[in-house]
Amino acid sequence: MPSEPTREAITGLAETPVGTNASRPVVTLHNVGKTFSNGTVALDDLNLAVRAGEFVSLLGPSGCGKSTALKIIAGLGNPSTGGIDWPSEQVASDHRHDISFVFQEPTLMPWATVFGNVHLPLRLKGISKAAARTDVEKALTNVGLEGFADAYPRELSGGMKMRVSIARALVTRPSLLLMDEPFAALDEINRFKLNNDILSLWQSLGWTVIFVTHSVFESVYLSNRIIVMAARPGRVYREIEIDAPYPRDEEFRTSARYAEYCREVSHALQEAMKVDSGTAQ
Amino acid sequence: MKKIRSANIAGSTGADPQELARARAAAREKIGRYVVPFVILAIAIFLWDRIVVWNDIPHYILPRPGLVAKTLVTDWAILSESLVNTLKITFGALAVATIGGAGLAILFTQSKWIEISLFPFAVILQVTPVIAIAPLIFIYVDSTAVALLICAWIVAFFPILSNTTLGLNSADHNLHDLFRLYGANRWQVLWRLLLPAAMPYFLGGLKIAGGLALIGAIVAEFTAGSAGSGSGLAFRILEAGYRLNIPRMFAALILISATGIVIFMSLSLLSHLMLRKWHESATRRER
Repeated sequence: MPSEPTREAITGLAETPVGTNASRPVVTLHNVGKTFSNGTVALDDLNLAVRAGEFVSLLGPSGCGKSTALKIIAGLGNPSTGGIDWPSEQVASDHRHDISFVFQEPTLMPWATVFGNVHLPLRLKGISKAAARTDVEKALTNVGLEGFADAYPRELSGGMKMRVSIARALVTRPSLLLMDEPFAALDEINRFKLNNDILSLWQSLGWTVIFVTHSVFESVYLSNRIIVMAARPGRVYREIEIDAPYPRDEEFRTSARYAEYCREVSHALQEAMKVDSGTAQ
Repeated sequence: MKKIRSANIAGSTGADPQELARARAAAREKIGRYVVPFVILAIAIFLWDRIVVWNDIPHYILPRPGLVAKTLVTDWAILSESLVNTLKITFGALAVATIGGAGLAILFTQSKWIEISLFPFAVILQVTPVIAIAPLIFIYVDSTAVALLICAWIVAFFPILSNTTLGLNSADHNLHDLFRLYGANRWQVLWRLLLPAAMPYFLGGLKIAGGLALIGAIVAEFTAGSAGSGSGLAFRILEAGYRLNIPRMFAALILISATGIVIFMSLSLLSHLMLRKWHESATRRER
């Protein structure tokens, strides 16, 4: 954990995984476009470079293609045009092993216990229950769910389910974490709590995070950098650096600086939506 | 879990008379659920007996329930042998329907083209009344037992096939993505995602198929019986009918009904045991 906010901590570059070059991007999207078979242009000429250790938010109105972009990065969809580079990856053959994805819904298997759900990514790689036990338990401790290993998802609250989902994402020790509006369905109290937890996990585990959200406040609180997107077709409208030190806490959330950033981002988002309605018709 | 427990405690301290009354009503309903049907059944049997006595109906038209019970005991040697034969066909057909229906459903999910090619045949088999197909089957198949099995299977397998297919297709799309992201192979997707997701649907289909297998077996036995072979309960009913042995007809009928009830209850229990840990249908909700 960084004790003092240095210049590196501000940009999030201090907490990079061992062995990766901090200045090089983890993933680069070049002129990525995506057109669905029904003719909808979800993304048009999207350029984005995410540096190692960064916390980047994709912010935009619904229909701006932010989820589509995330799926393309995850390898769950192919871009129609353009391409993706993984410059810093040694595993050029299959970068997927290094990525975790957190969906908007907890997306747990209802028939499996919390342990079974968190174990899943390891099990799919052939790691037995016994061999995975320490890792799974550590992941559960990380999200504050020790002692719930044998519970079934239906016994948990919405916030706890989301924690299980996060534990499942971090059990593989990914270097890149993709989150698709993970807290959108939660109440504000749980949302704030999970925001803090994600930030401290990000700092201690050295992830790179790409976070999709439609909340201005959430994106300002969490990110190094916010990519404001416009819709129809989905594209980058503006990039805003959030130059505030980590660790961030309730003090930051109530600071004038935070409010200022929120105003700036909010304005950018409004403009992006205006542009959108101007071109759509 | 903790939340549920504390809600429970609040209920049992009984500060709220309305809640207490509700709890008492629930307890009454729980006992009544088992007692009332038996009481009604007893009254119905009693009325049946009285109607026969009051109207002086001869036993070869409508026997008294006592006589039916007596026949059940005296004819047990013949009836039990037929019962075993019917059970063999029923469970044989159910087993083949389960394996065939679930297997075909799995095959369907592996290849759209197999589904497109074979599903119409499954529908044709299902919508054509088995009683219309049975005589042909008895002509082409030499062994009566095998022919009976085929008839019962045709009736029983469709609900398993269609329910399991629905279940296999109903797995969460995001979970599909997740499995893909973590590089799961086909077998892992099937075993760890599709089959568990399909389980509640499959068990629902199995519950229907259990009853249908019995119906299929009985219908096929009627067809075979009229052709002069077979010794299941349906054949006993036909035979007893020719001889105007009405009490034995009733006795065989009771055995068939009892078999159906036992099959349904066993499959319901199986379904409950398989799903009680996680599926909404099998879990009790506290309010």
